[in-house]
Amino acid sequence: MIDQAPTTGDEVITNYTINFGPQHPAAHGVLRMVMELDGEIIERIDPHVGLLHRGTEKLIEYKTYLQALPYFDRLDYCSPLGMEYSYVLAIEKLLNLEVPERAQYLRVLFAELTRICNHMLNLGSHVMDVGAMTPNLWMFEIREDCLNFFERAAGARMHMAWYRPGGVHQDVPLKLLADIADWLDNRLFQLFDDAISLVADNRIFKQRNVDIAQVSRDDAVRWGFSGPMIRAAGLPWDLRKSQPYDVYDRMEFDVPVGTNSDCYDRFMVRVEEVKQSARIMKQCLAEMPDGPIASDDRKVVPPKRGEMKQSMEALIHHFKLYTEGFHVPAGEVYVATESPKGEFGVYLVSDGSNKPYRCKIRPTAFSHLQAMDFMSRGHMLPDATAILGAIDVVFGECDR
Amino acid sequence: MATVLHPAPKISSNEGVREALVKSLGKLVLASKEEHGEIVIGVEREGIEDALRKLRDEHGYQQLMEMAGVDYPEREERFEVVYMLLSLTKNHRIMVKVRAAEDTPVPTVTTLWPNAGWLEREVFDMYGVLFDGNTDLRRILTDYGFEGHPQRKDFPLTGYQELRYSEEEKRVVYEPVELAQDFRSFDFMSPWEGADYVLPGDEKAEGDKK
Repeated sequence: MIDQAPTTGDEVITNYTINFGPQHPAAHGVLRMVMELDGEIIERIDPHVGLLHRGTEKLIEYKTYLQALPYFDRLDYCSPLGMEYSYVLAIEKLLNLEVPERAQYLRVLFAELTRICNHMLNLGSHVMDVGAMTPNLWMFEIREDCLNFFERAAGARMHMAWYRPGGVHQDVPLKLLADIADWLDNRLFQLFDDAISLVADNRIFKQRNVDIAQVSRDDAVRWGFSGPMIRAAGLPWDLRKSQPYDVYDRMEFDVPVGTNSDCYDRFMVRVEEVKQSARIMKQCLAEMPDGPIASDDRKVVPPKRGEMKQSMEALIHHFKLYTEGFHVPAGEVYVATESPKGEFGVYLVSDGSNKPYRCKIRPTAFSHLQAMDFMSRGHMLPDATAILGAIDVVFGECDR
Repeated sequence: MATVLHPAPKISSNEGVREALVKSLGKLVLASKEEHGEIVIGVEREGIEDALRKLRDEHGYQQLMEMAGVDYPEREERFEVVYMLLSLTKNHRIMVKVRAAEDTPVPTVTTLWPNAGWLEREVFDMYGVLFDGNTDLRRILTDYGFEGHPQRKDFPLTGYQELRYSEEEKRVVYEPVELAQDFRSFDFMSPWEGADYVLPGDEKAEGDKK
């Protein structure tokens, strides 16, 4: 090897290994990548994950179904409701529990708001990783608006724990829905279009992203890609469309696909998804019926506080649900939803008790990050940050 | 099956799928069931690669989305490895299962899907199930130098080691876990009477009689 390596005078240059992360701002958290470089060309990447492993799945086995819910907010802390979604649907599937229409609309509305919120962070940090500063700041302004809406709906800005088996925790004030509609019409795209106009046709941004990390359709399927990553590869695969849950089957929206399957396409797919999400949200706001926001099955959903003052039975139910919790029939289900980052799945095994026997979480980042090695091979070192930005990883979810 | 009331994702109809797959896999199938709208096929451990190849190539389940380990300590072969397959063309999902013990390796499927590499590493890390043919079976989620397999049911929630930064030694030190209070686990499963163990407090009643 050394004989063939290029030389500069007496110095012999060989491949060398560097550590990218775990404390690198472009590593999006705590990713450590051991990179083997030939000059500035990446020869091999070995991503080391697990630095944020908190044992969520183990903890869930020791909690009741309701107590386990807030752990999901802490997986992908950039799109918390997207994580809760799979979990509550998995429980509802095991219980075969009916969910009232208004709750379904509310969940879809806020899932799409979460998607916008998540994409703001990802698009912003992606452009920042390749050297642009301003769009990130503008998009954080949108993100701030989203977090304010979450706060008004659930009381918490990030870890909402608002989706519950059977519906949502509490109803939203009418003024909040009016404000969201106003925001969609008058504010979101004013900021967003401005921010994107700075980068979408920017020469430097394109130089850093176009033709970087191209993945063929076959490879995207073989590596288990999902979400914007598989759509950028040209496959119109969206679980909201193909396997609709809640009221997604009533929504009219388009699934954007890429043509070139590179980092730029992944970026633009997300840009278009923001527009489609806004479209879905407007339909939700227009069609949302009045009515209960959670199932009236008192063996699963706790009664309202007002009822508890009047009814002995409601009091008993409340006590039982917050101490023992509800029991879920034995069985196993795998439920996957289209989280902003891709297919987020929950494999839930119940033994008929009040605690999950096993709760396996399928993170979106696992298969994407694993493909980092083959996507980056032959690219330059600075391209690694662009590729990573376009994958959209969050380590709370990847490491669990 | 009972009427579907829940709003969980709707996939293509399961009608006749299980029968067709079981027939096609033939002798490899050990058990199969359809519950809660999920098709689960248990196959022979040694034949998992053939079974999955057949499902991928002949039945259109192109993607391996997830692999999960499950621990049932009371069984002779205590671990289950579950493969979640997704068909993009048929818009359908199935689960395929194998059983394994600590000393019986499962053939790898990295030959079929490259992303099985990390999924198998995770099952190995969490349960200690070995995968025959996986060339890179390192730990993945736990700490460098971790011992044990944390998702096993007999592994305590608190673990055995804790770490902190030591000001004296100027580095992170590992120490055995010390808990100020015992881990509390409430037993909600005990019936009023007829439990197959002595309920807390019952031993006093016995004492009174004497």
